[in-house]
Amino acid sequence: MATLDRTDVLDLAALAPGGVTADTRPNYEGWIVDKARLIEVATAVRDQHGFDLLSSVTGVDYFPESMEVVYHAYRTIGGPGLVFKVQMPRQDPMEIPSVTRVWPGAELQEREIWDLFGIRFTGHPDLRRILTWEGFEGHPLRKDWREAFYEDDYKPLKSRWPEGHYVSAEEKSPYKDNLQFPPNFDPEKAVFDGEASLYGALAKYTTVDSGIKTDHVVLNLGPQHPSTHGVFRAAVVLDGETIVSLKPVMGYLHRNHEKIGERNTFLQNMPYTDRLDYFNSMSNNWGYSLAVEKLMGVQPPERAEYLRVIMAELSRIQNHLILIGMLLNDLGAYFTPALYAFEERELILDIFEAASGSRMMCNYHRFGGVARDLPDGVLEKIRGLVEERLPRKADEFERLLSENEILVSRMQGVKVIEGDNAIRYSMTGPVLRAAGVPYDVRRAQPYGIYDRFEFDVALRQHGDLYDSYLIRLDEIRQSLRILQQAVKQMPEGPIIAGKPQYQVRVPAGEAYGRIEAPKGELGYYVVSTGRQNPWRYHVRAPSFINITPLEKMCVGQKIADFVAILGVIDIVLGELDR
Amino acid sequence: MTQSELNSPGYEIPEDLQYAVSITTLDRLYNWGRRSSVWPMMFGLACCAIEMIAAQAARYDLARFGMEVMRPSPRQSDLMLVAGTVTKKMVPNIVRLYNQMPEPKYVVAMGACASGGGPFKEGYNVVAGVDKFLPIDVYIPGCPPTPQALIAGLIKLQQKIDRQSIRRVRWYQKGADTVEIPVPVLGPDLMDPRRFAEIKRLAAQNSAAQSDAPAEPAGKA
Repeated sequence: MATLDRTDVLDLAALAPGGVTADTRPNYEGWIVDKARLIEVATAVRDQHGFDLLSSVTGVDYFPESMEVVYHAYRTIGGPGLVFKVQMPRQDPMEIPSVTRVWPGAELQEREIWDLFGIRFTGHPDLRRILTWEGFEGHPLRKDWREAFYEDDYKPLKSRWPEGHYVSAEEKSPYKDNLQFPPNFDPEKAVFDGEASLYGALAKYTTVDSGIKTDHVVLNLGPQHPSTHGVFRAAVVLDGETIVSLKPVMGYLHRNHEKIGERNTFLQNMPYTDRLDYFNSMSNNWGYSLAVEKLMGVQPPERAEYLRVIMAELSRIQNHLILIGMLLNDLGAYFTPALYAFEERELILDIFEAASGSRMMCNYHRFGGVARDLPDGVLEKIRGLVEERLPRKADEFERLLSENEILVSRMQGVKVIEGDNAIRYSMTGPVLRAAGVPYDVRRAQPYGIYDRFEFDVALRQHGDLYDSYLIRLDEIRQSLRILQQAVKQMPEGPIIAGKPQYQVRVPAGEAYGRIEAPKGELGYYVVSTGRQNPWRYHVRAPSFINITPLEKMCVGQKIADFVAILGVIDIVLGELDR
Repeated sequence: MTQSELNSPGYEIPEDLQYAVSITTLDRLYNWGRRSSVWPMMFGLACCAIEMIAAQAARYDLARFGMEVMRPSPRQSDLMLVAGTVTKKMVPNIVRLYNQMPEPKYVVAMGACASGGGPFKEGYNVVAGVDKFLPIDVYIPGCPPTPQALIAGLIKLQQKIDRQSIRRVRWYQKGADTVEIPVPVLGPDLMDPRRFAEIKRLAAQNSAAQSDAPAEPAGKA
C-alpha cells in the first residue's frame, strides 16, 4: 500500500508559490511549508482540497540542525493523506503559528509539543504543560535532554550486552534515585506554580442576574475517581449541577513511551505498544508494524494477514463489550453488565493466550508477519465463538439493555457532539460514526487485507449518548461478519516473510502507519536514520485526541452526564498519557 | 478458615457440646475476621488494574476470599492494591490516599512497575517502585500478573494477617495510631520532603560537575 500513501496527488507548491517546497530527503514525503505561510496553506488545504481531518501533529528534533513540526491531514471521504512540515532553526525561542483556528483538533497535540519539545504556538488558546507539570525542568523529547537514569543513546546498552553485567540504575544518579535538579537548587526556597495556571485557565463564572446571588463551585473529578477509567482528571466549574467550564488534566500515567522508544531497537518497541491501549495490544501492534513495514518494504504472507485481522477484530469485540459494561457501571447499573462483558472477554483472552502466550500483553506482531501460528484446535475455538456464542451474546446484550427504560431515558437525546464539529476536533472512531460521519480507516484507506471483506461501516445519526452506545453493538456485529469470513478463508502457509530476526534493518526515512483501532484512528509516526533504533517514535493516540473537544461536549450538561460522556468516548489512560 | 483451624487445640470440648461451643484465641478470631473481609480500594493506575478487575469477575471470583467489596473511598478500605505504573505526577496523590486510609491498612505492589519501575523504569516521569514512598506488604511479579498470580499474592497477604497479634499491632500501641507519610512535592522534579536537605546539598555539590549531566536548561515555562 506504500504507493497509495504518496501525496503527489496534490501539488502544494503551486498552491502557495514561494512558500512551499517539496520534501526531497530520501524516503521522506510531503511538503515543507514556510512558517509565515502556514495558516494560509492550512486553510487552503482544508477549504479548497477537502482535507478536513487533521490526523496528527507532532514534533521531531533533528539535533543539532533543526526542529520540525509534522502535520498529517486526511479527507473524511477517504483516500491518501497529505503530509506537510514546518522547519525552524534549533534556537530558543522557537515559535510557529498555531493551527487551532483551522483545525481545533490540534489543541491538545500542540500543547504536547510545547511540553515535550518547547516549541511555542502563537495564537494557541491555552498553551500550558500537559503531560508533565508546570515547573518541570526542560523539554524531555529534545535530543539533548537526558533523564536521570540515562546511560546511552542506543540499546542494547553496552554495559548489559553481550556480557550481561548489571548496574542498578540508581547508581547512575547522584541522588540515588530517578531525580535531577538544576545546579544550586534549594527546595525550601523554591516557589511553585502548583495548580494556579490550571485554575486560571477555567472560565470565570458570571452570575446570571436572577435576584439570587450564587457562587461557583470548582470540583475536581479524579485522578482517583471510579468513573474516570483510570487516572484521568477533570477540573470542573459548576453552577448548581450544570457544567460551566471544564479542563481535562492528564499526565498521571505519562510513562514516557516516546522517549524510551527512541532508545529501544525497533523490535524492542513492540511490547511497549502493547501497553498503550492495554485492552487492545493486538491492534496496537498492528499500527506499529504497519509503519515499520512501510519503511522496510516488506509484505506479510497471506496467513499472517488473516491472523492479524482475526486478532484485531476479536480485540475490537472485547473492547466494545467492556466499554458497554463499564458505561453501564458509570450510569449506575453497578457491575452486573460489566460481569457479563468480562465473561465473554475471558473467552477471547483465552484465544490470545493460546496464540501469543499472554492474555493481555500479546506482543504478537513481527515486522513482516506474526510471532507464532495458532496451536491445534484454536481455529475451531474461534469458529465456535464467532459463529455461535458471540452473536448470541450480542443479541443478549441488546435484549437486556437497549430498551431498558432507565438507560434510554438517561442516554437518549443527551448530545455528545455533532458530526461536523467532531471532524473539526479530529475525533475518530465510534463516536464520530455515531454522529453520522462514515469514516473508518478500514474503508477510507484500507490496510492489510480489509479490502477483501464484506462489511459495513457502522453508522448512527444522532450523535447522542444512546447512539454512541448502540454503535458499539453494531460494530461488534460487523466485526463478527469479518471474522466469519476470515475464519472461512484462512489459508495455510508461512506466517512471516523471510526469517524471523531480532535486529531488523530499517532504511532511513519516515513513515506513518495508521489503523482503525477500537477507540479510533491509531497512528504511528516513525523516523529512522538507518540505525538499529528509531530516531523518532510518535503515537497518535485516539484516546488522547478524542478528548480534545471534551469541554465543548460537556458545557451546559449536568455533572452526572459528564461521566457518561467520558464513558462513551472510551478513553484508556495508557494511551492517553503514553 | 474452617472450624477445625479456628478451634484452639488443648482444650477438650465434651462431645455433646462440640457443635455449640468453640474455644479459640482472641488473635485467631480477630485475624480470621480481618483476613476474610479485606476491602480493597477501587484504585487502578494502569494495565494491572484490568487484570485486577478480571480477578474480581466471574471466572476468578475474588469474592471467595472476601475481597470483592471495592471501595472508591480510601476511608473505607483496608488494602491498597497499587496496580500499575507509579508516575511522579501521580505519587503525591497516592501518598495522600494512603494517609487517608484508616488502620489497619495494607499495601500490595501489583506488577513489575509498582514493584520496581518495570519496563518503564528509565522514564523521566516514572517512580522506580512505590516502595520508595509506601511500606509494601506483598510484591506480586508479572507484567501484568495474571489473576491467578494476584490471588496467590493476596493469599500471601492473608497469611501475613494471620501471623499478627492483637497485642503487638501498631494501631493498638500508644501514640499516633497511624503513620503519616509526608506528601511529595512537584518542583523541577519530584521532591520528597524527607530529603529536602539532602537534595539541597547534592544540588550544590553537583553544580560543579554539571557539565556531563543535562546539556542546557532548555526553555523553561
